[in-house]
Amino acid sequence: MADFKLIGQSFAPQDLVAKITGRAKYAEDFRAEGMLFTKLLSSPMPHCRVRSIDYSAALELEGVVAVLTPDEVPQEEHPFEPALTNEPVYEGEPILAVAAVDEVTAANAIELIRVDYEPLPFVLNPLDSLRPGGPDANTGGNVYNGREITTLKWDQSVFDGVGPDQMPIGPGTEEDQWEYGDLEAGFANADLVIEETLYCQSVSHHPMEPRTSMAYWQNGKLYMHGSAQSTAQARRAIADRVGVELDDVFFIAEYCGGGFGSKIRGSVLEVIPALLSRKAGRPVMMRITRAEETMMGRARPGMLGHARLGMRRDGRITALDLFLVQDNGPYSRQGDSSTSGDVSALGYTPEAMRASTVSVLTNTPPRAAQRGPGGVQIVSMLAPVVSRAARQLGVDPLQVHLVNAPNHETEFGRGPYPITSAYVTEALTQCGELFNWSERRQRSGQRNGSKVRGVGMALSPYYGGTSGWDGLVVIRPDGKLYIHQGVGNLGTHSVVDTAKAAAEALDFPWENTEVVWGHSSRHLPHSSSQSGSQTTHAHTRANWVVGEFAKTLLQELAALELGGSSSAYQVSGGRVFGPGGSLTFAQAAERAIARGGKFDGHELPEDINDMTRTSATALAGQGLVAAAKDNLPHTARTYSFVVSMIELDLDLETGMHEILNVTSVADCGTVLNPRSLIAQGNGGVIQGIGIAQSFKWAIDPTWGVHLSKRIEATKPPTMLDIPTELIFAAVDLPDPQNPVGSKGIGEPPVGAGAGALVCAIEDAMGGQHPSHQPLTPDKILSIVENDCLPCGRLETHV
Amino acid sequence: MAVIHDVMPAYELFQPTDVEGAIALLNEHGESARVLAGGMDTWDWLKDRTKRVTALVDLAGIQELREIRATADGVDIGALAPLSTVVKDPEIQQNYSVLAEAANKVATPQIRNQGTIGGNVSQDTRCWYYRAGWPCYRAGGNICYANTPASLNREHAILGADRCVAVSPSDTAPALIALDARMVVQNRSGEREIDAATFFIGPGTDIEQMTVLRTGDVLTTIRIPNAWSGASFYFEKVTDRKSWDFPLVNVASALRVEGGVIQDARIAVGGVAAKPLRLFRVEQAIIGQPANEETAAAAGELAVRGAEPLRLNGYKVPLMRNLVKRSIRGQETV
Repeated sequence: MADFKLIGQSFAPQDLVAKITGRAKYAEDFRAEGMLFTKLLSSPMPHCRVRSIDYSAALELEGVVAVLTPDEVPQEEHPFEPALTNEPVYEGEPILAVAAVDEVTAANAIELIRVDYEPLPFVLNPLDSLRPGGPDANTGGNVYNGREITTLKWDQSVFDGVGPDQMPIGPGTEEDQWEYGDLEAGFANADLVIEETLYCQSVSHHPMEPRTSMAYWQNGKLYMHGSAQSTAQARRAIADRVGVELDDVFFIAEYCGGGFGSKIRGSVLEVIPALLSRKAGRPVMMRITRAEETMMGRARPGMLGHARLGMRRDGRITALDLFLVQDNGPYSRQGDSSTSGDVSALGYTPEAMRASTVSVLTNTPPRAAQRGPGGVQIVSMLAPVVSRAARQLGVDPLQVHLVNAPNHETEFGRGPYPITSAYVTEALTQCGELFNWSERRQRSGQRNGSKVRGVGMALSPYYGGTSGWDGLVVIRPDGKLYIHQGVGNLGTHSVVDTAKAAAEALDFPWENTEVVWGHSSRHLPHSSSQSGSQTTHAHTRANWVVGEFAKTLLQELAALELGGSSSAYQVSGGRVFGPGGSLTFAQAAERAIARGGKFDGHELPEDINDMTRTSATALAGQGLVAAAKDNLPHTARTYSFVVSMIELDLDLETGMHEILNVTSVADCGTVLNPRSLIAQGNGGVIQGIGIAQSFKWAIDPTWGVHLSKRIEATKPPTMLDIPTELIFAAVDLPDPQNPVGSKGIGEPPVGAGAGALVCAIEDAMGGQHPSHQPLTPDKILSIVENDCLPCGRLETHV
Repeated sequence: MAVIHDVMPAYELFQPTDVEGAIALLNEHGESARVLAGGMDTWDWLKDRTKRVTALVDLAGIQELREIRATADGVDIGALAPLSTVVKDPEIQQNYSVLAEAANKVATPQIRNQGTIGGNVSQDTRCWYYRAGWPCYRAGGNICYANTPASLNREHAILGADRCVAVSPSDTAPALIALDARMVVQNRSGEREIDAATFFIGPGTDIEQMTVLRTGDVLTTIRIPNAWSGASFYFEKVTDRKSWDFPLVNVASALRVEGGVIQDARIAVGGVAAKPLRLFRVEQAIIGQPANEETAAAAGELAVRGAEPLRLNGYKVPLMRNLVKRSIRGQETV
């Protein structure tokens, strides 16, 4: 492994004090002269048409300044989501916005609006829409086939052929099916074939900071304070949504109070304060409440499905036949169900596999990628099936995972796709040792009064990063290195952690480095969104590349200034030195400015993105300016892996459980910042545990109205739901296709936590298990007492 | 007219410094006024614009209502005592620990600091249809949205339903019933004391109210007699998650056991009916019986007799049975 000075060291990001002391300003903390507040009129039902609307009384109310209607915002064609609409496709969808001097006035004005709604047929459970004559969530159809919306109804015989609690399996959509290997031979070669109905619920993202935003216009340019997982990507999205040029948008988002994928490119709702502000001629703040966040924020698509799995006596999975129906929500197509196929193909490397999926539109809150999209659902649904098969064959679950583990040579799934690295055996072994799997496993099923011990584990693979983004650094005459980052500041520290790669490449002391982020006027490069676990991999690469490029420029500059060949010059400790003497970075910056051209940003590489070019051009002449595109080879897919193991006590008299130990180990390549890794890893594991144990939606099936809009009803996990000691470690072995060896780590812990919890409960129940998340006490008790669920096996949002 | 939630409308706030002043204000404003204690229930209603007031009478400034005082024959808890104060009170911890335990299970530390014991027992039901402003029986309408063949009613009642199937959400209420607490209520006619078990009412008595409190009434004190001081207590609350959650079912008991035989007993259960239920029948059945597994199991079975589950809350029958059993036996550990 390379000998790094910064990579692999724990350190505090520079925004830490501001966050802890409350000085960090989020979108809601900003005020502008004459600022108005807006409140939204939103749909009271899941699908309707606004027949007529009269807001004259609202406009007459003292303090009301302007109203924004759907006619005044760009009306995208379905499935693209407008900011305001006259045909809402989910309860809570915004119809109209009122701007007033304060929120109470705006809300009072909303109450003065007369609306005549025409209720339209709605659907909450995707299976209802697939029935002959079943309702469609949208007038244009009910399923996605690729990116197109079409209509798909299954024959009645599909439903007649199964009992009420069995998954009906009809045709999937054409573009969403694939298979490899000889499936039937795989099942024939298995010592055990088991079949299971699968279910995973939809859950909201619920970042701590709702998608509040504030907008104002100056000299025809839009200034937007928002919350986003990428400054660069959100700015472009705002320009597109509002209909203005990219250069006319300033996006300010220094801090993002979490997103989990719900703010990848900001929020479609940002259009509302932007256009309302333009109309009113005054700044407009739109604060989003927690209940609004449930509806207008984003959510993970739930899934219903069926798995048929063949296992040999040694634990090898010979065949997997997977069928998934995705609850897509009303708008853009979600990739989760497709990813679910890839994740199961990689995690279990079945000898043969088929995946078939259907993504069905429903009149429920809009979906977006949520941390580990598709991975969390499939790991939490499939891990207990694997665990049950292992139980029936008498194989240890850890052994099953070792037997099926992918490695560096693995080519998986429909591609088949090669991968850059997979230290999965190492991760499984290390986790088994840290957790003391074999000893704890001995306690599986032990009774202590009404309590029974359960021990479970899960392996969660997930994409670990993209490539091809840009880096941008400036060495200024003050002698400092400025690393510009267009990713967001999501709270993961990666905005800072990945910048270290540029300093590392220049062998430059970190204390003289400034990371520049969070405000598009600060000239940011074309960067990835902070999503899909891209950032660590993508921006260590981009920053390494630009660091190396800056080094080359420094060497060339030194050769020109001091004589000799550039290759004879070295860069280290803030100096470039060689046969002709040395220059400090401060001196080099001055010489770069004097020489101009490629040294100070006046000449830029051909292949960088236009956004980077604009930013670098704006910085030209301020020092040694280096902009570069990541052209390093990336010849295979990058995946990270997390293994989690959980031991718990399940009380069969109450249905409650007490987690005793959670241990997880990641293969995420070289660890960038050990302290951040533990925070990220455990945070993800806890999020997964919450999805498995209590996090849910409740939507009344008769009226289609959401009943769990607030945190106390939707129930994410709390401090007391997890043990005080959580262990998270990493194998810390380098990925060969990243210059510092790192891969992403945001996503995979969530599936691992969820899967391990479900398997531990399954284990405590001796294989008799609800298979219907979340695993709340009502379901556990109903299984214990009556061997059936309180709700329907395929009932959603309950 | 369109509906909007989540923005508190304006109202007039009154902050009297004595109980008489509060009562005068409540009489002056009548039905359009509401008493404010910790606000953990009230502000929800107001913020959602589901219930409206023109005047809010804030009791926080009445110092005497915040105090906990040991008396000659027990302890008097001011209705405005924060739950966290109740939890930490040495007298309550030592002699009436079932109440400290119950109060400590309410919501979160922040809510226990802000929420009061008077508010905890006076709070409205958490039925999510009712609280969302649906025009149900309890809201003056003529339907129960929680009791249809498709309703989401896993949190709802298995006992004592009468048109409305909402349940009592309070954790301290069963503990107070188990302690034979008395509620001291003041209004312009004077002061009266009400037995805790009769303070709470079901829909058969008044479908729009959870307690006997009426306009102009102020719950001033919760009086704990020393009858059960130092008894053998039990409290347990079952929830979906371990913090910030209302009970699916909770149970509180006080037992006097001598020579292995139950001499006297109080058992109360919350989350199963519109009011916390004191289980008179069970108490009678176990008095004189040995305090053992068999008695406990029989008590559990007896407790759930007559239960009528709804579509999704059948699990509450075994849950209540098991909790009543545990309230007599204790949590079984081998």
